[in-house]
Amino acid sequence: MILAFLAAIGRGVREFVVSLGFGTRTFFAVLGASGGLLRRLRLVTDQIHFIGNYSLVIIGVSGLFVGFVLGLQGYYTLNKYGSEQALGLLVALSLTRELGPVVTALLFAGRAGTSLTAEIGLMKAGEQLAAMEMMAVNPLQRVLAPRFWAGVIAMPILAAIFSAVGIIGGYIVGVLLIGVDEGAFWSQMQAGVDVWADVANGVIKSIVFGIAVTFIALYQGYEAKPTPEGVARATTRTVVIGSLTVLALDFLLTALMFNK
Amino acid sequence: MQRKSLDVWVGLFVVLGAAALLFLALKAGNMSSLSFGKTYDVTARFDNIGGLKPGAPVKSAGVVVGRVDNIGLNGKTFQAEVRLKMQSGYAFPKDSSAKILTSGLLGEQYIGLEPGGDTNNLAAGDRITMTQSAIVLENLISQFLFSKAAEGKEEQKQ
Amino acid sequence: MPNLVEIRDLHFAYGDRPILSGLEMDFPRGKVIAVMGGSGSGKTTILRLIGGQLAPSRGSIAVNGAAIDFDDTPALYRMRRNMGMLFQHGALFTDLTVFENVAFPLREHSDLPDELLRDLVLMKLQAVGLRNAAQLKPAEISGGMARRVALARAVALDPQLIMYDEPFAGLDPISMGVTANLIRRLNDALGSTSILVSHDVHESFSIADYVYFLSQGRIVAHGTPQQMQASDDPYVKQFVHAEADGPVPFHYPGRSLAEDLGLGARS
Repeated sequence: MILAFLAAIGRGVREFVVSLGFGTRTFFAVLGASGGLLRRLRLVTDQIHFIGNYSLVIIGVSGLFVGFVLGLQGYYTLNKYGSEQALGLLVALSLTRELGPVVTALLFAGRAGTSLTAEIGLMKAGEQLAAMEMMAVNPLQRVLAPRFWAGVIAMPILAAIFSAVGIIGGYIVGVLLIGVDEGAFWSQMQAGVDVWADVANGVIKSIVFGIAVTFIALYQGYEAKPTPEGVARATTRTVVIGSLTVLALDFLLTALMFNK
Repeated sequence: MQRKSLDVWVGLFVVLGAAALLFLALKAGNMSSLSFGKTYDVTARFDNIGGLKPGAPVKSAGVVVGRVDNIGLNGKTFQAEVRLKMQSGYAFPKDSSAKILTSGLLGEQYIGLEPGGDTNNLAAGDRITMTQSAIVLENLISQFLFSKAAEGKEEQKQ
Repeated sequence: MPNLVEIRDLHFAYGDRPILSGLEMDFPRGKVIAVMGGSGSGKTTILRLIGGQLAPSRGSIAVNGAAIDFDDTPALYRMRRNMGMLFQHGALFTDLTVFENVAFPLREHSDLPDELLRDLVLMKLQAVGLRNAAQLKPAEISGGMARRVALARAVALDPQLIMYDEPFAGLDPISMGVTANLIRRLNDALGSTSILVSHDVHESFSIADYVYFLSQGRIVAHGTPQQMQASDDPYVKQFVHAEADGPVPFHYPGRSLAEDLGLGARS
């Protein structure tokens, strides 16, 4: 009984390591297959449209609401110490350092990630990828690589939009609705937010998250079982594995970057 | 054709992202105060720099006139040697004094520059001779206790 | 070299489940060869092996006199430029129009100017009777039409070898007749060799020059369609005459009915 349990754990670990290894090999294969994309930029830009533009609404609206909440909650907390003038600083730092990259990545995994996984999984189920191979076209280069680079490019753009809209949201709630001094809001923010330490680090984070989430979504679709059930399971895995990876990477990157 | 309109949307998307980034950098961040102008180097020695960090501002009359570039320990005098990058637009007399001050009660530490009366100005590579170290809280407390104890003894003698 | 493809002593297994054992097959140039057998006999696997998508555990496949090296990916890709494959349900790219689907191999493998490409694609669509459907999407056409578009795509580069995976499955009688007709005509017009995997006896026999019968991974009979019609082999007879029971049993193997109902002798 216990032996069976231990054997199951061993099997699970081995499968995890094997899939990690296979995933890494596929990752480098996709990178290697990307060279030819320089001549076929159309493929990448088309994908940026499907991945980026179609996510604008959810990212923009979410950013606005997160900004609203930050403004509200921030005011309540700072008011206790008489420091409500620092609201702008609080909202801006929270967004550019953490919430912008992380929340955008989580929303991206849910919206764009699942759509990528489903698309690739269904292409696999419909034998489209095999047909491409038989026509001597490498599906890694023609299908996976453009979507990968589109995701990597779109993510930092979406994160920047999220942060910017969030700051505006915080301004609307804090200054326009509650009445925090407008000058203090912006000046404290400008004095405290450093372009390189905060904004740039946030951008680097979102690029790393973009690489991770996009590749996980593509990989799950590529390795999905070619049945309806298989594709459904793959999309769930994209969200779960993608979200957990983003949070783990966030901890790693924060520890590396913000340790003055 | 459908392809051309896709390109337009993608272009708009990228422009929107760039605008957001610029907004963050300029309106939210301190990029506008980053000066890419010319600077000259000046050094100053302190017994104790307290919590001064590289990148801290150098202010005179509250206005930022430079940045702390580098902090090291002088092996012979065992004093902290601080290199300051001063903005070329501002010239200070050779006998100016540098103090390490704290912004607010618990804020970051910075260097306050008080101009002296010398007719010659600090040039690149010069050293500010009059410096005042940072106030270390423990020393302050022990000084206070010591002076209180001394007062007590004097009262006893009298 | 009379044979375009030669298979010698081919063995293939999925893990430890043997699928094919000891296959010896010749596919002469310019002919239509049918590979037939029940479901699960390994027919589609043969096509995958010839196309290099799967590697055999033992044996060799030679195309145009040269043995396939299954590890050399660039060589496999070069070989595939001379092959066209029609997948079971068409496998059209659902995000492209009919025109773009047929144009795909031409765009990927040649540098033709747009006007020439357009003319070529329209001619291929004309050959399968779907020129006026060029601007439709795969979701807007019927299954039979999708199959024909896939056929046009498979022959876009005028390949030497065309492979068909169950081209008649799920078609109405008219579409079946049309498809069979197209397979034969295209083969003769292009001077190619066609390998047809199917279990439709009537249509396949009407166009094939030679037939191979597979059962459980082995070749049980081969010959011309006329020879197969007249054959005495029990498996061939069961297949050709659509008999319910014979060498391929009706009942799933296992315990007898008497045992299951508890009527057998108790031990």
